[in-house]
Amino acid sequence: MSEFWKRAFKHRSFVVGGLLSSLVLGMALLSLVWTPYSPTAINIRRRMAPPSADYWLGTDPFGRDVFSLILAGAQNSLLVGLIAVGTGLILGSALGLLAAAKRGWLEELVMRFADFTFAFPAILSAILLAAVFGPSTFNSIIAIAIFNIPVFARVVRGSANAIWARDFILAARSAGKGSTRITLEHVLPNILSVIVVQATIQFALAILAEAALSYLGLGTQPPTPSWGRMLNEAQAMVFRAPFLAVFPGMAIAVAVLGLNLLGDGLRDLTDPRLSRQR
Amino acid sequence: MPAFLLKRFLTLLATLAATSAIIFAVLEILPGDPALLVLGIDASDEQLAVFRQQYGLDRPALDRYLDWLAHLANGDFGISYAYKTPVWPLIAERLALTYPLALAAMGLTILLALGMGVYAASQHNRPGDLAVMGLSQLGISIPNFWFGLLLILLFAVNLGWVSAGGFPGWTEPAAALKSMILPSISLAVVQAAILARITRSSVLEVLREDFVRTARAKGLTRRAALWGHVLRNALIPVVTVIGLQFGNLLTGTIVVEQVFALPGLGRLIFQAISNRDIEVVKAAVILLAFTVVTVNFIVDILYAVIDPRLKARDV
Repeated sequence: MSEFWKRAFKHRSFVVGGLLSSLVLGMALLSLVWTPYSPTAINIRRRMAPPSADYWLGTDPFGRDVFSLILAGAQNSLLVGLIAVGTGLILGSALGLLAAAKRGWLEELVMRFADFTFAFPAILSAILLAAVFGPSTFNSIIAIAIFNIPVFARVVRGSANAIWARDFILAARSAGKGSTRITLEHVLPNILSVIVVQATIQFALAILAEAALSYLGLGTQPPTPSWGRMLNEAQAMVFRAPFLAVFPGMAIAVAVLGLNLLGDGLRDLTDPRLSRQR
Repeated sequence: MPAFLLKRFLTLLATLAATSAIIFAVLEILPGDPALLVLGIDASDEQLAVFRQQYGLDRPALDRYLDWLAHLANGDFGISYAYKTPVWPLIAERLALTYPLALAAMGLTILLALGMGVYAASQHNRPGDLAVMGLSQLGISIPNFWFGLLLILLFAVNLGWVSAGGFPGWTEPAAALKSMILPSISLAVVQAAILARITRSSVLEVLREDFVRTARAKGLTRRAALWGHVLRNALIPVVTVIGLQFGNLLTGTIVVEQVFALPGLGRLIFQAISNRDIEVVKAAVILLAFTVVTVNFIVDILYAVIDPRLKARDV
């Protein structure tokens, strides 16, 4: 393990990605206990104030402190990403492992299901859900989770199939282990790193998707602070207070960049065959 | 080849059937009663009954689904609840903006990505390569709607070169094309960043193949080998990704239309959602989903054309 960390701390993408991701996580945690001002406190008298010593990133059209909103917005992005990717990871990996263990028509069925789910990008699912139930954070989580299931199902099935073809699986079989035990004791531990790498990248995509859905009004609703919706509100003021359109976007980009770099770094560190190509 | 085509075509039909069934189920069965969804909970029993009869909602769900499919096959997308007019002309008018926008963004994506990807590969591990990779890492991390906003800030607010949005209509072709420049750039940047990385690694992989060494050994320059032998082989994975990206670009237009106030399919969908106009939502969503599925089918076929090994294995 210490060997891994020694290499990890020398890997540029991993270090930069780790720092940026920690920064975003730190913002979310900090906002739980402290923000300069209340992120929901409306004060019309101080509306659209430019960045200053009192309001580091200025105030929005309702007079709320932008810096406080961005800190609190990190909570929302991380929470939606975590639940949506977590759900997609558990369901998708289960399907992928099942397909690899049972093969035959079941594998075919799972893969066709995965193909077919690609016809529903997160935005389309969110539109369908919003049309029926109205927009909400919960709907955006479901929509992003649905989009993630086939991604994990495909990746996990592919890697699991490669493990199933190895000799030590044959040994486990001849020792009398059933496919469930082999899957849990031999296949899953061997593909865990692939799942973690994919999860990091999907987390980045989920943060982008959540921001887009909230920007469109299909996701997180007021007054819960959300980076995507801040950009929506900033757009109406783009001529009067252009600075409002800058900071929430930077927050999204930092979070996504951090996770992407972290994912790239983890992939290099866990898969020596891939790192050769870079 | 025919067996391969037939198999893919049957898969396409099955996917389309499943897609339409899901959309129908979510919009017409999940809410329990579409009449209630459209008229709201304040509607009287009488109003609900009239509405159900008017739109044939009193019939069994399976009947209505098959009926809907039969009408779709004839190009009949139903009657809008809100406008009381056929849905197809409403949608066709919006598609005249959304499809060209998605295609323009696709063209721009391919142009940027192939240029940057091949350049980066030819400069492997030199400053040019690192610059392209850094840029593309940044491009992947930026939300397209924020990039659109930044373009508006720069070109409309600060420089005043273009208006902040809007669409003059195709009766003024030059102005219409001009209004699509910034939206297609903001759509293309993210996808181009992804595609450039894939192009780069694909070219690098092929450059290591034995036949490239042979080509160099028989006297071809690096450049001649690159253009004559490497690109054709490196493009195979690139084409697949382009197909998948078209889906992203198409749904991306929904977001970018909102940024630039373009009256495309995305805007129609949002109006329809707030009007509770389920027929329009249903038609627009199925059209988008069908386009995505069909494009992927075409890419599968193209893939077999570029890579003959695939055909041989399947037949």
